[in-house]
Amino acid sequence: MAQNTGMGTMLQDNESAILRDWIASQLADTDRRELLNETELNEQSRAFLALFSSAVQDRYDEELAGQLWDDVRAALARLSKSRAMAGFSPTETATFVFSLKKPIFAALRRAFASDAVRLNEETWLASTVLDKLGMVTVEAYQRSREEVIVRQQQELLDLSTPVIKLWDGIVAVPLVGTLDSERTQVVMENLLQSIVEHEATVAIIDITGVPTVDTLVAQNLLKTMAAARLMGAECIISGIRPQIAQTIVHLGVDLGSVTTKATLADALRVALVKCDLTITRNARADLAAG
Amino acid sequence: MQRIPVLKLGDYLLVTIQVELHDELALTLQDDLTLKLSRMRVRGLLIDISALEIVDSFIGRSLAHIARIAALMDASTVLVGMRPAVAITLVELGMSLDGIHTALNVDKGMQLLRAAAAGR
Repeated sequence: MAQNTGMGTMLQDNESAILRDWIASQLADTDRRELLNETELNEQSRAFLALFSSAVQDRYDEELAGQLWDDVRAALARLSKSRAMAGFSPTETATFVFSLKKPIFAALRRAFASDAVRLNEETWLASTVLDKLGMVTVEAYQRSREEVIVRQQQELLDLSTPVIKLWDGIVAVPLVGTLDSERTQVVMENLLQSIVEHEATVAIIDITGVPTVDTLVAQNLLKTMAAARLMGAECIISGIRPQIAQTIVHLGVDLGSVTTKATLADALRVALVKCDLTITRNARADLAAG
Repeated sequence: MQRIPVLKLGDYLLVTIQVELHDELALTLQDDLTLKLSRMRVRGLLIDISALEIVDSFIGRSLAHIARIAALMDASTVLVGMRPAVAITLVELGMSLDGIHTALNVDKGMQLLRAAAAGR
């Protein structure tokens, strides 16, 4: 089954020379010496070339099918992931593979100097294969960056929806930023959970930091309030700015059954009344004022 | 057959649902409660669902029905201890259970019932 390929034999014969040229050209290319550790690069290049060399021993085509090619791809994916984390650019990551072309083509030229047709075939095949592997590195790089973005999104979500305990039995959620359905879900869960934890009877949702309110946002707010009511807590919406009040009326959203207040202070006052609490100015202050 | 115990506590009926409430059980509970409400002349009904983890639209409607039946028989209903997940589910199902009083725990529920009784 094992069928020697021109490329396989050539690589076996010249592996150490190709590796040397390759590493030299990578080191010459990069102006990021601070990121590229030479010993690490040596190790990565050696490991990749060994895998690549064993993959091309059998007859292969540009489909790159088979276990050995899967190994090559997996190794490349690992490499570009670690490079993405280290702060390399996509170009620098892909150059790892593309810079292998020059030494390999040179070696092929030496091996098939007498046979122009064969040289052309081998070079073309090697070029296609290396291009494909280059795409693998770029894709893996992209994927690992996307993972970072997803994780940051989750962190943002968690950061942007804190629930504050204002008083015994009173909690507040200051909302900042646009309310989409995903965020509403998080807000709702956090709020309901903290209602249970703090045994809150009043929950204030402050939307001072919400830039726009559309029908969807209003509906999401209403849902949150309905859920809080089911758990036995009352909701107050505060921080409705003039423009938002206008928008809500123009949209025809019915917030009639909802207690709404202009500021968080007003909402807190209402909440204190609902909890049978009052705030009084103490006598000394009265004297000073009088 | 499995039944949910209904306790009489002063002027109030107390129901704590500690098992999974399936459809048949909900209907039985509805019958039992109606019977006791008519026999015992109570002023309020407190249903504790803090152990209830799963609800569907049928259970939601059953709870709403129980509250309406109790209202017809001159007793107010308070639903206490609903879990966040259950509340979200009911809202997503479009059942906001308007007309049922709710409270965070049994303590606050009893306060609400007493306040309602004192108010009339």
